Order: sequence, then structure tokens, then C-alpha cells
Amino acid sequence: MDELIPRTQTLIMLIFEHSKSGRRAQAQAPMADDGLSGIPDDLKRKRKPRLPEVSEMQAVRHYTRLSQKNFSIDTQFYPLGSCTMKYNPRACNTLAMLPGLINRHPLAPDSHSQGFLSTMYELQEILKEVTGMSAVSLAPMAGAQGEFAGIAMIRAYHDALGDTGRTEILVPDAAHGTNPATAVMCGYKAREIPSKADGDVDMDALEAALGPQTAGIMLTNPSTLGVFERRIKEIAGRVHEAGGLLYYDGANLNAILGRVRPGDMGFDVIHMNLHKTFSTPHGGGGPGAGPVGVSKRLQPFLPIPMVGTDGHDYHWLSEEQCPQSIGRLSAFAGNAGILLRAYVYAKMLGAEGMQRVADYSTLNANYMLKRLMDAGFTAAYPQRRATHEFIITLKNEARELGINAMDFAKRLLDYGIHAPTTYFPLLVPECFLIEPTETEAKESLDAFIDAMIKIREEARTDAKRVRGAPYTLPVRRLDDVRAARELDLRWQAEEEEERA
Amino acid sequence: MPFVPHTEEELWQMLDVIGVDSIEQLFDEIPGELRCGELQGLGPGLWEQEISRLMQGKARQDGQPLCFIGAGAYDHHIPAAVWQLASRGEYYTAYTPYQAEASQGTLQLLYEYQSMMTELMDMDVSNASLYDGASALAEAVLMAVRANRKSRSRRILVPANLHPHYRATVQTLVKNQGIELVEIPYDRSTGQTDLQALVQHTGQDLAALVVPQPNFFGVLENVDALTEWARANAALSIAVVNPLAMAVLRPPGEWGKQGADICCGDGQPLGAPLSSGGPYFGFLCSKQTLVRQMPGRIIGRTVDLDGKEGFALTLQAREQHIRRSKATSNICTNQGLMVTAATIHMSLIGADGLIRIAGRCHSNLQLLVEKLTSLDEIEPLFSGPVFHETVLRLPLEPQRVLRTLAAHNILGGYNLAKHYPELGNALLVCATENHNQGDMDKYRLKMEQVLTSRRQGACATMAKFD
Repeated sequence: MDELIPRTQTLIMLIFEHSKSGRRAQAQAPMADDGLSGIPDDLKRKRKPRLPEVSEMQAVRHYTRLSQKNFSIDTQFYPLGSCTMKYNPRACNTLAMLPGLINRHPLAPDSHSQGFLSTMYELQEILKEVTGMSAVSLAPMAGAQGEFAGIAMIRAYHDALGDTGRTEILVPDAAHGTNPATAVMCGYKAREIPSKADGDVDMDALEAALGPQTAGIMLTNPSTLGVFERRIKEIAGRVHEAGGLLYYDGANLNAILGRVRPGDMGFDVIHMNLHKTFSTPHGGGGPGAGPVGVSKRLQPFLPIPMVGTDGHDYHWLSEEQCPQSIGRLSAFAGNAGILLRAYVYAKMLGAEGMQRVADYSTLNANYMLKRLMDAGFTAAYPQRRATHEFIITLKNEARELGINAMDFAKRLLDYGIHAPTTYFPLLVPECFLIEPTETEAKESLDAFIDAMIKIREEARTDAKRVRGAPYTLPVRRLDDVRAARELDLRWQAEEEEERA
Repeated sequence: MPFVPHTEEELWQMLDVIGVDSIEQLFDEIPGELRCGELQGLGPGLWEQEISRLMQGKARQDGQPLCFIGAGAYDHHIPAAVWQLASRGEYYTAYTPYQAEASQGTLQLLYEYQSMMTELMDMDVSNASLYDGASALAEAVLMAVRANRKSRSRRILVPANLHPHYRATVQTLVKNQGIELVEIPYDRSTGQTDLQALVQHTGQDLAALVVPQPNFFGVLENVDALTEWARANAALSIAVVNPLAMAVLRPPGEWGKQGADICCGDGQPLGAPLSSGGPYFGFLCSKQTLVRQMPGRIIGRTVDLDGKEGFALTLQAREQHIRRSKATSNICTNQGLMVTAATIHMSLIGADGLIRIAGRCHSNLQLLVEKLTSLDEIEPLFSGPVFHETVLRLPLEPQRVLRTLAAHNILGGYNLAKHYPELGNALLVCATENHNQGDMDKYRLKMEQVLTSRRQGACATMAKFD
């Protein structure tokens, strides 16, 4: 299989290198140059920016060919743990781009916005129901911004009570890096809580950390260890007794959709990743959408704008209606087009479909875990049920065969499978965090397991070969150290390079 | 449930492998009292035809008005190829390029994006994008506070003629870190940042000065004077610019003697549809010396094991997934798909195309202003030069005018009364290459009718009082 794609066909050519002075895609700009008669000369640009000068076909061909160098959900199994890489239905994209929606100006008056506003209102209501929270704001533009909004609300809540001595946010050691980074952006200190050997939060350590300085705790449930935090009610009780609030990181909401609701677990505020659970596109790294839901006591602090209704018409809720809001998070109303896609998806699922998301993502994960264990791989938490994802540790393979998690990951690429999340969570050595999602058929899961077994066999006969993978892709392993030391962050015209 | 592929037979096979009797059993670690019953109010799932009808109805409801609103979101022509390519599954359904070997398409495209943005802005480095223009400015402010080693203060000067929503967003995102935003007033006759007012801050300890180009009123700033003032006062300068305008206006890298230190803005004019305000993307560029203080993803060119060139995420030691609480920002994703569109957009249109489009926007605005100010009692409010947007003074409340125009399916502009009540009856209007003579004539005609009917209405009222 390694010889399928001759590497000579994959020479790098930047769009700038297709450029010829004086060439342009003539249909893509007005025929005439009207000039800038109202602008003084000293404000005008003298030297043209060196953007590519290519024909329409050259641009189309270049970016079509570039796209073919990507793995994607549409082309490969993509079991990237904690990222919920499920199928993105085409209808969501098509319907969010209907002319009346795609051309709507963000500041259009309510008279020309009832279609859009009613959709946003209904989405708020749907998300309230699936999370069990009292109110929802769709404003945050990504999960990390949802986290920011959530912790900022916790802070606004304590401030409104005059309770200014709360300076710490508790974060489990298995948490996403965004959690501690968010706490710091909100002016808090992040304090780590260890996990126990079975994956649950260490209650004694939690007890010891709680106090009058505790503003709140950030939890993901199921946790990033791929297991459900069984003592969540007890944790909620203890944190509330200490005067803190509970933040739910919605990264793993797919696992419990329609089965368990964060509001019922005792959380005060949650964010959802619509690009995970509600199947909006990951787009090569965004745009996402990270709506926040809250319990009653945090409702006044929700970020603006939101959508309200008088029972007939829909309107924006802004500073005037929400004076205690933490404020705006974007110039307009967040990633509206992504919210539209999530709405379409939710309507296609309906109540029953929501539950089947949790059911089949959990089925797929447990099936893969069992088959991998049967094949002799090591589960990080063998005594626990998998949720929608699970962890295996490849420390034995690393010790006995000399190939680590990264080697397995890179060799999987040769087998046409995107690698799972590697080396996260940080506390499990040589780990794979594997999330198949509900949209993947049994054949894909079996192919993954077969590939893992085959790679282990390859390693027994020729470990060096595995360590050199991948072989079939446009490039082999890249020199990250050189990338960071000899920074090359942009193309430069030849004459400029010569000068430099 | 339309997106689960399992057959009944496979379900049983899989349960059998796991060693359980039902899916229910897979949830047995979750305490029973936490289980929710059936979700209420969601209704049954819809098939594609049903949801299509529903969405088409909603889209029709919002109509296709003739729009002269800008105010931070601009209606530009987007080449057909842009979204046909950006919607390809290989771009649309990939994720952050953690596995570089399997993501060379996205990575090379982002490198090309960084190259194009640094060219357009005449800056040294660019990141791979942030959420939007307003949040990019907040990140630029945080970056300036970290980077300005000469300043011990956390004070930022922000002009009052910067987009009010940008000012509000920055306030939300930085206030918990003890950063103080100090407002600089604008000159009531030119609409530009008031240099006299700025002088009052001379000699103070400041982290940065924000310089918009054009500002929220559409007016062009005296960017050299502002940038030089910042440098003389050991404050960093943060440019907030419209990227399309930079094809024809002096870019931040050329401001003053040494250029602006950081520049940011919203990339929406480069291929993102209006789409009710998002998704757009924020761009962020800076001088080389500040690169390690930059937030967000950055792509670098390097070589592989065989010495062949390739691309990878770099300087990751700044980021949350490595540094956790010590990261430059909590940002994780960027706006990859929007940047994909923008990169294709810039490639197709090129510098000459952007210059022509910018020129058409400018000449269309001149034409629109000419037509509207030919009506009695409508006049430009500010004397400063403008690009494709300007403020007009109306003889009556904009709210009333706009409502009547909207009834005729014209969105006549953005009412400044809420954020700038001191300006009286002020309306912000914008023109782009998407408008033609007919559109502008229609606007003028309806505006004339509104004004005439008001005069007649006023006469009628007076007649009644007589």
C-alpha cells in the first residue's frame, strides 16, 4: 500500500508560485477602475499588496488539489476523542445558506428578521430542554468562549452578592487545557484536583480544596477519561455548601444527549459545543458555536444578545432588557450561520433521535473497547463502562515493542484512518482517546481494530518501519523543532528574500 | 434517527460482543435518579423535505431587502467558486490540523492565508485567525498589555468613534484582568479622533492606543499622527482596519515612521456572507518581535524526515493545550472555514481586483451621497474623508425614516441615536459594489417621498391647529 501514491506527485507549490504579473481572474472584479477621488493622496496606498495573480481556473485547481491533501469526516473514519467528529448532514449546510438567511444583515430591523429570530428563539428553547437549564444564550462563538462566558457569569454572581473573597476555580487534572486558561482570563487562579485510579474525582482532595476562596468548579461529565462521574450529585452538594458554583464543560454532551441532563446533575452553568453534539462543521478548526445555559440564579448575567418573544413577534434582548449581563462577546450575535445549522440538525433528530445519539455513540465506543481488549490492548479503566469514548494505554507496546502512541497514530494514517486523540488526557501514559460517534458503521470500527492489530504485528517484525510512518501521505513526519526555531510563517517575494 | 447506520442485526451482534443484553445496560453506571424521561417539546424528527419547507418559509419571511446598512458588516459580491470550494467536504469536515501529515491541505492554505494577510496589512506575521473583529481586538489589547514592557499600567486608550459593539466586546473580555479602557472623544466637525483630547494623555503611562481605519463613522483617520503619538508616549499602537480598504489605503505597516505594532479587524469583507453577523473571522497581525505574545494558531513551514517541505502548527508553547493556565489565551479553535473562503477569495480577486472593488464602493458611496444630499435638508455630518460609508444628517428622526423605508423593503442605514445621541438625527449609510444606479435612485425616490409626506403631514397638523 505504501507505493500507491508516488511522492513525486506531491511537490509543494504555493498559490503565489502560480502567479504571473499582469494575470487576473477578470470576471471577479468590475471592468473599470473608478479610482478614489474623495480620498487625499497621503492616505492612499502606493505599493500594491503582492497577492496571487492567477486565473480563475488556476485558483480553482490549486484549492481543489489542496483539499485532497486533507483527511476529513467525509473521506475517512476520524475517531478523534473529545471532538465528536460525526457526520455533518448536507441539509444543514444547504438550508443555512438559503438566500433570505445568508443575505440578512445583522442589524436588519425586526420587521425583516422574524424568520431568523424565531429560529434562534426556538433553538434557545430546544437547548434548554436537552440540558435541563432555565435559560440559554447563543452568543458565545466557540466552546472556549462559552467557557469564558460561564466563568464570567460565576464571577458576576459572586460580585453581585458582594462576595469578593472567592479567588479560585477548581479544575480536575484531566480537564481540557481551555479550562484553566479560561479561569485565568476571568481573573481567577486555577487549582487542580486529582482524579482517583478509577477515573472519578478524588473526593478527599476536593474536600481539602473547598473553602471560602472557592468560586466554583469546572467539570466535564462524562469526564475526559471517558467515564461517567458517578458521585456528581455529592460533588454538587459539597461545592454548593461551600458557596461555590458548578460549571459543566459540554465537550462530552454527545454521550448523554436525551439520557441525562446537566441541569438535573446540579450544574449552575454549562456550555455546549454545537460543532460536536449538534453536528455543525469543524471546518478545519472552526467556526464553532458555544451557547451557554444557566440555572435560575445566573439568568440575569447571561451574555447578550438573546432573543425574546411577546408570544407573537420576536425581538432582540440587549443591554436595556438585561442590565446585569456580563455583556457582548462579539460584534453582532455570535456565529449565527452555525446556529442555523444546529437548529436544522435538532429538528431532524427530534426527541427520539436525540436519545439515539447517546445510545449509539455509547454502543460504538463500548464495542470498540471490548474488541480492543479482547485483542490484547490495555484499557485505561478496564473496570469501567465506556461512555461515548474511552482510553487505551499503549505503554506495554511502547515498552515491549518500542513503538509508542505517536507511532501507532502515524501508522493508522497509512491505513486511511485518522488517528485518535493522542497524549491527552495527560495523566494516562501513551494514551489514545477514541471516540467513534454514532454515525459510524460497524465496518469502520472493525477496520480500525484490524489496523491496530496489524500495526502491532508489523512492530513485532519491523518496529523501525512503524516508527517511520506515515509513508503514503503528502509528507512524512515533520520537524516541529525546526518549525519553531527557524520561523517561516509566510511566503516572501524573491526580491525580498534576496534582500534579507 | 436519520444518521445512525446500524441494522437491527448489527445491534445484537455488537451487544453480544460487549456482553450485555441491551443498550440500556451500557448506562448502568449512571445513577438512576439522574435519568431524564423523554424530552418535552422537541416533537418528532423531520425528514429532509419537511425541514426544507420549514426553513424555506423562514428564509422567505425575512425577504431580500435593498440594504444600505454597513456598520461593521458589508454586503460584497463573493465569487461563485469561493463557497463551492470551501464547502468541499475535505475542508468543511476536517478539524484542527493536529495530525500534520493528514492535514497538509488545510495547513498550506492557512500558511497562504498568513502570507496574504501580512501582504495586505504590510505586517511581519499573522496568526491563523480568531473569532471575529471585536474579539480579535480584545485579544490584541491583552497582547499589547503583555508585550509592552515599558508600561506598567494596564490602561488602553480607545477612541469613541470605534464601533460601539467592539468597545462593548473588549470591555466584556478584558475587564476581569484589571485592564482599564479610557475613551478618547472625536472631533465633532471632522468625525476623526480628537488629537487635542489625546494630548491631555501625553506623558502618562499607557499600554496602547487603538486606531481605527476607517472609524465607525466611515471617516478616515490621521493614522500617522496617531501612531507617532503612541510611539512618543511608549504606548503600542493597535490598528483596527477594514481589510478591503487596505487594498487602497496605506496599510498599518506603513503608518508613522515605523508602522503600527499590532493590527486586527474583521475579515468578513473577504468572502464571508452577511449571514446575520457570523460566522466571520477576526484577523491579527503584528511585528515580528511580538510573535511569541500572539494568541491563537500559527502555521509554519518546515521539512519532513526526508527533507521535503511541509507545514505544521508551530509555537504551540503559547497555547492552552500545552501551557494550560499560563497560555496567551483560552482560544482553541479559529474560524478555519471562513479563512478557507477568504484565502480563495483573495486568490481569485487578487490585488487589482480588490483595488477595483474598493474603487467601486467608494464611487458608489459618492453617488449615493450626491443623490441623497440633493434632497432638501439632508447633508453630510462630518468633513473628514470617507471610504464606503458616511454619516448623513436628516431633517427628522432616523427611526421614523427607517421604518417607512423598511415598509418599502429598503434598509436605509444604521441609526446612530442609541450610541451617539449627541449627533442628533444622524444616519450611517454604506454603499458597496453590489449597489447599482437603480438601487440608489430607488432609495432617493423613497427618501424624497418620506420627506415630502412629512412636510405635508406637518402642514396638515398645523392646519388643524389653526
